Amino acid sequence: MIRTEGLFKSFQDNHVLKGITTEFYPGKTNLIIGRSGSGKTVLLKLLVGLLRPETGAIYYDDVNFCQLDKKSVRNLRMKVGMLFQASALFDSMTIEENIRFPLDMFTNMTKKEKLDRVNYCLERVNLEGVNQKFSSEISGGMQKRVGIARAIVLNPRYLFCDEPNSGLDPKTALVIDELIRSITIDNHIVTVINTHDMNSVMEIGDNVILLHAGKIAWRGERGHVIESDNEILQDFIFASPFLQRLRKAALEKVKFPG
Amino acid sequence: MISKLLFHFGRYVMMLGNTVSRPEKPIMYYRETMRQMNDIGIGSLIIVIIISLFIGAVTAVQFAYQLDGTLVPVYYIGYIVRDSTIIELAPTITCLVLAGKVGSNMAAEIGGMRQKEHIDAMEIMGVNTTAFLILPKIVAAMMVIPLLVAIAAFISVIGGYLAAVPTSLMSEEEYVQGVRSFFDSYNVFLMFVKAIVFSFLLTSISCYQGYHVKGGSIELGRASTNAVVISDIMILLADYTIAVLLT
Repeated sequence: MIRTEGLFKSFQDNHVLKGITTEFYPGKTNLIIGRSGSGKTVLLKLLVGLLRPETGAIYYDDVNFCQLDKKSVRNLRMKVGMLFQASALFDSMTIEENIRFPLDMFTNMTKKEKLDRVNYCLERVNLEGVNQKFSSEISGGMQKRVGIARAIVLNPRYLFCDEPNSGLDPKTALVIDELIRSITIDNHIVTVINTHDMNSVMEIGDNVILLHAGKIAWRGERGHVIESDNEILQDFIFASPFLQRLRKAALEKVKFPG
Repeated sequence: MISKLLFHFGRYVMMLGNTVSRPEKPIMYYRETMRQMNDIGIGSLIIVIIISLFIGAVTAVQFAYQLDGTLVPVYYIGYIVRDSTIIELAPTITCLVLAGKVGSNMAAEIGGMRQKEHIDAMEIMGVNTTAFLILPKIVAAMMVIPLLVAIAAFISVIGGYLAAVPTSLMSEEEYVQGVRSFFDSYNVFLMFVKAIVFSFLLTSISCYQGYHVKGGSIELGRASTNAVVISDIMILLADYTIAVLLT
């Protein structure tokens, strides 16, 4: 489990996060949602240690991440996988080399063991036979899947995804969502996803946190989104008149089944 | 202005401190160092040969012009070409050129990785990015650039020969006599000291500029330019300091 306590972060006079206290659970897809500028990317960067909070603490299980020295941070990070918004695949390397990179860097596996592991991860994300291609030779959706394969190659205990669906068509986005969810459940890992894709919220939101103006405005699971009377949540999720009508229809169906 | 300079100097020193740490996997650092040695060494060989050929040729022609009509023996031209290239022209001009070629390339490579989140990706994997991305470049440069400088010095002497002998500025015997006269091996030591110091400066400064890039393509271009300009200034400053201290 990952737990944050009173996280504050600001950039000069811009107070981005104002005391975030929350929990992210293993075996569940934990979603951070919110409008642009609400602080979700900053929160994700704090969680993975790319930024440091001014005050507050981040606990990976019972270890206070903010108080670790550099060496311990690096050791902890070997248990962390991350999928970046733009995949961040090394473009001078082939797909196989990309996925193998963490294995080359941190394990003493033989060449065959590494290749087997790479192939297993590619199979896991439904991408076989692309080993020798470069990232520029595959589609955006495939790049995301390669990014996931690289993120899980070291069997991480914590998986972070920064807007995994950005730039993808709804169908491919759904495939990525399902993939992340199944990996989360199968491996019983803590997965934190930063998104503003409403499909993701409704499909895989086991634990959803809505950030608004640097604070948590709502917390719950996808089943409670439609029923919630939180105005900020409704304004954010059902932003268009069409979606508002859809929600209304859904609520009436819930209240008056049949 | 001064506080900005101190900020950058402090961050540069801290970056160098982080660079010197125990590698996660020495074989990966070794491979990267070999790749960099190939890129810097083989990749820069042609330009270094061309430049040093002309440096030697121009030095010979201009000293022949200046010594014309004086009582200084003509074979001194060979001696002057040899010593001026070994002591000054080969290390300094070669490294100034390499700051433009290799330094800007390093700044752009690392800066591009920063912008495409490759560095963040490595950090999150647990890689010491300053060490993995910068140390192999510095080590490779400090091993290969002195060799390039030695080649440059040798080619310059040949350049001087080609400019002086076939054009009848002097005879082959006179040029060879000049090249073999008053040889002091300390000058070669001085050349290698300069080459090592300059190669450290140009790689570390260029990597620093690339590693701390923020923003988009304009900032990346600016970082690349800064890498060259600052490396050149620091090389000239170090050149003067070494000259004062070691001669």
